[in-house]
Amino acid sequence: MQLYANPEVLVSTDWVDQHRADPGVVIAEVDVDTNAYNEGHVPGAIGWNWQTQLCDVVRRDIISKEDLEKLLSLGGVSNDTMIVLYGDNNNWFAAWAFWQLKMYGHNNVRIMNGGRKKWLAEGRGITKDAPQRKTEHYKISDFHKNFRALRPQVEEALHGNGSVLVDVRSNDEFTGKILSPPGLPETCQRGGHIPGAKNIPWGLACNNDGTFKSQEELKALYEEKGVTPDKNVIAYCRIGERSSHTWFVLKYLLGFKNVSNYDGSWTEWGNMVGAPVEKGA
Amino acid sequence: MLKAEDYRVDLKEIDGLKVNITSYRIGSTYYCHIDNVDPGAVIARSEGESHEEVIQATMARAMERLKPKVR
Repeated sequence: MQLYANPEVLVSTDWVDQHRADPGVVIAEVDVDTNAYNEGHVPGAIGWNWQTQLCDVVRRDIISKEDLEKLLSLGGVSNDTMIVLYGDNNNWFAAWAFWQLKMYGHNNVRIMNGGRKKWLAEGRGITKDAPQRKTEHYKISDFHKNFRALRPQVEEALHGNGSVLVDVRSNDEFTGKILSPPGLPETCQRGGHIPGAKNIPWGLACNNDGTFKSQEELKALYEEKGVTPDKNVIAYCRIGERSSHTWFVLKYLLGFKNVSNYDGSWTEWGNMVGAPVEKGA
Repeated sequence: MLKAEDYRVDLKEIDGLKVNITSYRIGSTYYCHIDNVDPGAVIARSEGESHEEVIQATMARAMERLKPKVR
């Protein structure tokens, strides 16, 4: 991990096994499949539900400052706590949680490399018991709005301001062949992609065991498509979670200075009346 | 302490669509889930008393979920 630009953002399954009960460390599981935590999880880990706890459940938005303060306080997280996130599907939604925590200024947050898949495959200990944690008083005093791209910034990127859009969905979604991944609800009116976007599916950043590819492999993956650290990069997918994974890779593993996640993503763009859409490769 | 045993992931096709079938046992309960490979979202899951039972049940649910949509 030493060649990554910010290697400290990753911890290994071994490290978690040794430090999961340390004071000052809170392990949190965030899964795509919200049933997974109850099957069994890292002992001591709390579970966060991305559909009900890591977003605004009334309007479409990220979690509010007040709700995040409450969620963290109830989870026994103080402003000094190290939060270690992990989840299923190669840390897909763990990265979504990481993105929001960083946006709200929590500096000490890590991802367990390999996620839930690696932990289970290695036969490490699990429990079905949810931990009882002492409530803390978490206060948010910061917000890094540049970690997020909203629609106007994406529209500006279409007019040649030097930004590069990275569509991290599958090639079939990018070309417009399908409107949603197989088995998932179709949430857009039109298929295709934002004109000029480069298609680099998020999963290409991972090895089969769920860990992240090496710095050299990641650098080559993005450079091949012209996605380089000198550019302002905007990543998007369907609802913003796959792209938070790519945002993590570009910002923390490769050290890009200017990278943001357009969480409105295709469910916003592909439903907008009159929005320019490109189909095909 | 509990742990996942007999953990395995098999790549298969259902009606031409690639899926990962992940199965394991925790204690005496068998678990299976099927994801759509790209992006890897779980589309069906089951738990039961035997490996064969959970594989069959999860496959049936996945096939239902992957039926072509009628517009």
